[in-house]
Amino acid sequence: MDFKLKIWRQKNARSKGHFETYEVHDIEEDASFLEMLDILNEQLINQGIDPVAVDKGCQSSGPVSFDHDCREGICGACSLYIDGRAHGPDDEVTTCQLFMRKFQDGATITVEPWRSKGFPIIKDLVVDRQAYDKILQAGGYISVRTGGVPDANSIPVPKPDADESMDAAACIGCGACVATCKNGSAMLFVAARVSSLALLPQGKIEAARRAKAMVAKMDELGFGACTNTRACEMECPKHITVSHIARLNREFLAAKFAD
Amino acid sequence: MAKELNSRIPEGPLAEKWTNHKAHVRVVNPGNKRKLDIIVVGTGLGGASAAASLGELGYNVKIFCISDSPRRAHSIAAQGGINAAKNYQNDNDSVYRLFYETIKGGDYRSREANVYRLAEVSNNIIDQCVAQGVPFAREYGGLLANRSFGGATVSRTFYARGQTGQQLLLGAYAALNRQVAAGTVQSYPRHEMLDVVLINGEAKGIIARNLVTGEIERFGAHAVVIATGGYGNTYFLSTNAMNSNGSAAWQCYKKGACFANPCFAQIHPTCIPVHGDQQCKLTLMSESLRNDGRIWVPKKLEDVEKLRQHKILPSDIKEEDRDYYLERRYPAFGNLVPRDVASRAAKERCDAGYGVNETGLAVFLDFKSAIDRIGEDKVRERYGNLFQMYEKITGVNPYEQPMQIYPAIHYTMGGIWVDYNLMTTVPGLYAIGEANFSDHGGNRLGASALMQGLADGYFVLPATIGDYLAGHFKDPKTDINTPEFAEAEKAVKDKIEKLFSIKGKRSVDSIHKELGHIMWEYVGMARSEEGLKTGIEKIKALREEFWKNVYVPGENAEFNQELEKALRLADFLEIGELMAFDALNRNESCGGHFRVESQTEEGETKRDDENYMYVAAWEYQGEGKDPILHKEPLKYENIKIATRNYKD
Repeated sequence: MDFKLKIWRQKNARSKGHFETYEVHDIEEDASFLEMLDILNEQLINQGIDPVAVDKGCQSSGPVSFDHDCREGICGACSLYIDGRAHGPDDEVTTCQLFMRKFQDGATITVEPWRSKGFPIIKDLVVDRQAYDKILQAGGYISVRTGGVPDANSIPVPKPDADESMDAAACIGCGACVATCKNGSAMLFVAARVSSLALLPQGKIEAARRAKAMVAKMDELGFGACTNTRACEMECPKHITVSHIARLNREFLAAKFAD
Repeated sequence: MAKELNSRIPEGPLAEKWTNHKAHVRVVNPGNKRKLDIIVVGTGLGGASAAASLGELGYNVKIFCISDSPRRAHSIAAQGGINAAKNYQNDNDSVYRLFYETIKGGDYRSREANVYRLAEVSNNIIDQCVAQGVPFAREYGGLLANRSFGGATVSRTFYARGQTGQQLLLGAYAALNRQVAAGTVQSYPRHEMLDVVLINGEAKGIIARNLVTGEIERFGAHAVVIATGGYGNTYFLSTNAMNSNGSAAWQCYKKGACFANPCFAQIHPTCIPVHGDQQCKLTLMSESLRNDGRIWVPKKLEDVEKLRQHKILPSDIKEEDRDYYLERRYPAFGNLVPRDVASRAAKERCDAGYGVNETGLAVFLDFKSAIDRIGEDKVRERYGNLFQMYEKITGVNPYEQPMQIYPAIHYTMGGIWVDYNLMTTVPGLYAIGEANFSDHGGNRLGASALMQGLADGYFVLPATIGDYLAGHFKDPKTDINTPEFAEAEKAVKDKIEKLFSIKGKRSVDSIHKELGHIMWEYVGMARSEEGLKTGIEKIKALREEFWKNVYVPGENAEFNQELEKALRLADFLEIGELMAFDALNRNESCGGHFRVESQTEEGETKRDDENYMYVAAWEYQGEGKDPILHKEPLKYENIKIATRNYKD
């Protein structure tokens, strides 16, 4: 298969970015999207174009930087906005699980980074998602120390609750929800963590406090408000639903009433 | 200078060693812990749990990872589960049984005392994770569920769907986040350790590259903990994440830490087969699938031919024409034999011409009988996400047609040599999790990697590191403006400059792929003296090619993924040689290490306990020189050594 790629290039956080167009040929339909980008990069490296020279007016700019790691849809590193969709034109996949057979032969594909105030661009398609760590540091945990905990089976959890908790805990922290949301809201991400813990007896104890602290941090870091468009749910690669946002809101209100 | 290997295994009865040891090691009082700095490199299960636990104890911890967040460490990708000797199933499990099966699974090449301790703390891990809110699978009564894994006679594996590693890591990462918020841990994401700094022979800090700015930075501490995982990516194609690498461990080796059993690499039997040259990563299908999946190839070569030409579907082949070769060869364990056994059996059938896809390198993993027995819904509940992943990758629906699988490199049992306290041969330098060599011998059992990472991080290291630090609490903060730091920093900068200066014709990946081919061919599933010698020569030649002809674009002072890869490949090109060197030395077959010269008439591994019942710990001697071999004899006082038997 052959493709034309329109890719966002940006040297660093301070510089201005632009699109550049490349062509790739003879791509196997079983190749993943990231393998296709590997091939493009191999091509750019073999052309031997010195990316430093780009600053001096050269057209191309060396291999394209993009975040990736596990390549099996679980680490949450890959984060490409492809033809206007977070993780591209397939449902419930990360970019690394998107395969070229999903595209028409000869298509022009547009590739951009996540675009959100909360995720500043580092280079090309790589963004800084440390804000997610900071939100979780604000309260996305159960306050237990190592050791001195009760036997695991002394805390029974109804199976439906454990299952629903697991549904929410499947979040991989990729940022697709934020990238998709017109408000750049991180509500689904925050809700997934709050809900996952609030559903468990161990996590219930701090649930209200946790919700309040995480929402406050999210607001502080420049993420937008949730206006219930449900776009996040549509693009979540792990199919996390907005029902968790409802649970977050309940916990949040409980915290407010307690104040 | 020759190292003395002192494993520091405590005296006394096996079951009391750990308790007694903990009671007698030195501890640092709480007021003094605040004055001590610890560097932890790596944020997988081992690193994250260690940093969180050490922070809670009051130490000042700095933690480093190469990804943008600690949560992305490769532990996240572990699928199937974590073992513990809880005996919740009432199937007669015990600490001893888990210990015994782990030693046996490792083909009698691991330390009794370490493995017993691992089995002992396994139960605490499950308690800890539940308290943190890890959503393990549960029964309708609300209590924890279990499943079975290879090499075990009981059902002792705890799991969270097919995402157990993710959930355990999110638990450890949450504990870490709590400490970051409390100010006891400072987190340095997108930082890569490029050297360890020794002062008077003791580990006192690291040199790291800020992967965003390219800045080379110095960090001092009173102790350094390496938790950077294994070196499976030496093979280029593996189930490891793309950025997983052996470089941090390798720098420790080059600074004097012995490297143990490097040839022990695990080849996992159930991975999605290679589809073509453009591939860079193999995907694992969890071992848990072997609970309900049956592995087979056709009995008739004509059926194989028709499959390859897509003239028939696997489901067209009649029951009596299928060879369920694991059930045939190993009736006692069937499809749940340990990984090394299952991998070799798959290779044997494919070598005999029964591989079921175009490349001839695939066998079937079939769920038909499970679906008939328990229904599709139940199968979906157990393995839904794995089936979905398989379908996304291959375009084949595994509810209708069997999966195709083939073995691939997955894990490295070898690693930095550590004593019972998890300290390397360099004082103050520790190695935990997959980065060390200690618990799995020649083959790791499924669901034991998560167990070991968390055992080391939550329970072992926090108890043992005090023994060393108690002798150092009066030491001032490590000064990073010493000649040792300056020298290490300069060496790193010189290496980077050298890489840019080559301006050759080949990309990093093209050389890495070539290394992978050499490794798989000569240091892979079947190793011979001749092949290993050839492999070593080829690796050496490729290493020369790399340093003459690699092209690293860009510059240091930027986000530069090609430079990152080049630095890692430079080390893989050395690690690969040591792996082959060790494999050549170990003229026996055991666990995942199969020397063709040493097999039974039935093609099973043949150990040589008389000559090789030792840990091979290699000491670096400098560039171009052979390393020195130190042997740590393995003593089995509580277990009867036997030939591994999974047949009856």
